[in-house]
Amino acid sequence: MTDRLNLYRFASPATFYPLAGAMIPYFVAVSVVFGIAGLWLGMLVAPTDFQQGEGYRIIFIHVPASWMSMFIYLIMAFWAAIGLAFNTRLSGMMAQALAPTGALMAFLSLWTGALWGKPMWGTWWVWDARLTSELILLFLYIGYMALTAAIDDARRADKAGGLLLLVGVVNIPIIYFSVQWWNTLHQGSSVNLAKSSMATTMLWGMLLMAMCFWMYSIAMALMRVRTIMLERERHTDWVKAELAHIVAGDEK
Amino acid sequence: MKSRHKKLALIAGALAIIGIIAALVLNALNSNIALYITPTEVAAGKAPKDKLFRIGGLVKEGSIKRQADGVTIAFIITDTEKDILVNYKGILPDLFKEGKGAVAQGKMTADDTFAATEVLAKHDENYMPPEAAKAVDDAQSRAAGKHVSPSSAAEKPKASY
Repeated sequence: MTDRLNLYRFASPATFYPLAGAMIPYFVAVSVVFGIAGLWLGMLVAPTDFQQGEGYRIIFIHVPASWMSMFIYLIMAFWAAIGLAFNTRLSGMMAQALAPTGALMAFLSLWTGALWGKPMWGTWWVWDARLTSELILLFLYIGYMALTAAIDDARRADKAGGLLLLVGVVNIPIIYFSVQWWNTLHQGSSVNLAKSSMATTMLWGMLLMAMCFWMYSIAMALMRVRTIMLERERHTDWVKAELAHIVAGDEK
Repeated sequence: MKSRHKKLALIAGALAIIGIIAALVLNALNSNIALYITPTEVAAGKAPKDKLFRIGGLVKEGSIKRQADGVTIAFIITDTEKDILVNYKGILPDLFKEGKGAVAQGKMTADDTFAATEVLAKHDENYMPPEAAKAVDDAQSRAAGKHVSPSSAAEKPKASY
């Protein structure tokens, strides 16, 4: 009898490397399909907003980017917890592979928000709780990347970075609930699991773009984790075999 | 208990402690995190003296008065209980409208009006096409009776300011 489904097999870089490679094209393809559908619905089909005119269309980038910036952090914290508890090699690599994409999403969220804020609110930036906590999230991503890059030993870098991720996770509910807990300039959420205060086509455009960003993030993380695997496991037989295979392929 | 389960419990415990600490700190900082105070809080004497602060609320219907020069403006910020008269000279954002949320930064003057140096519009979470907004307006004004103008009926001040 084999042990249950043998999922643990994929916790080994040697088996996960080819699996990740096989999955990447599918995630890229799905992301492109969702992206085209979302942009078409958002930019061409969705009606003009009754207050903001065309300017509201920034939400088709802003909201998915903000969601992903929080979600990716939660996933990284999950991997950090697994890594610290079970001492698995792959989890630290996954956290590191996700970090740049998470930072990109947090940056996109802040940047598009500033572009929207100037005409609508009358200011690029205001130190309200939502904006400030999202900025702290960007700093957490950058801090995590700097910390892990500063420690030469990869396993120790994972441990230190993992601790930072776990401490920082307290920021995520603060970002999400900031608009409920305090007086902020940022409006309350238009969409959550229970209700939506958006027109249907606008909502669908936004959800499709969110799926696009989600699939994009997975594809990017898989690409990055493959590179990290090769680098960290370069002394192992499977990497040597893999590299020999690539070199042989090039010579054909 | 296996050591990895012990570690997992340790991580969960540490997270819980961090969460509690954060909750306590945020609770203590509560008044400093708020971006603005409401007219009711100003009336209760919570406004700082001789220091810039922000007030927020709805721009009262029919209260906007523009001077002939085009940039000097007076309006009333209300939380439906207390009103504050705001004087401002400068450019207003697109979404600044009567019946909508706004945040003004400035000081209280001797005659209990607010001299603003910056006025920001506060957006609400509703996104809809103009036709739908008009339909909502009409329906609400029908429900509210004939004496309410269509535009003011839509502004039930909920959590949107």
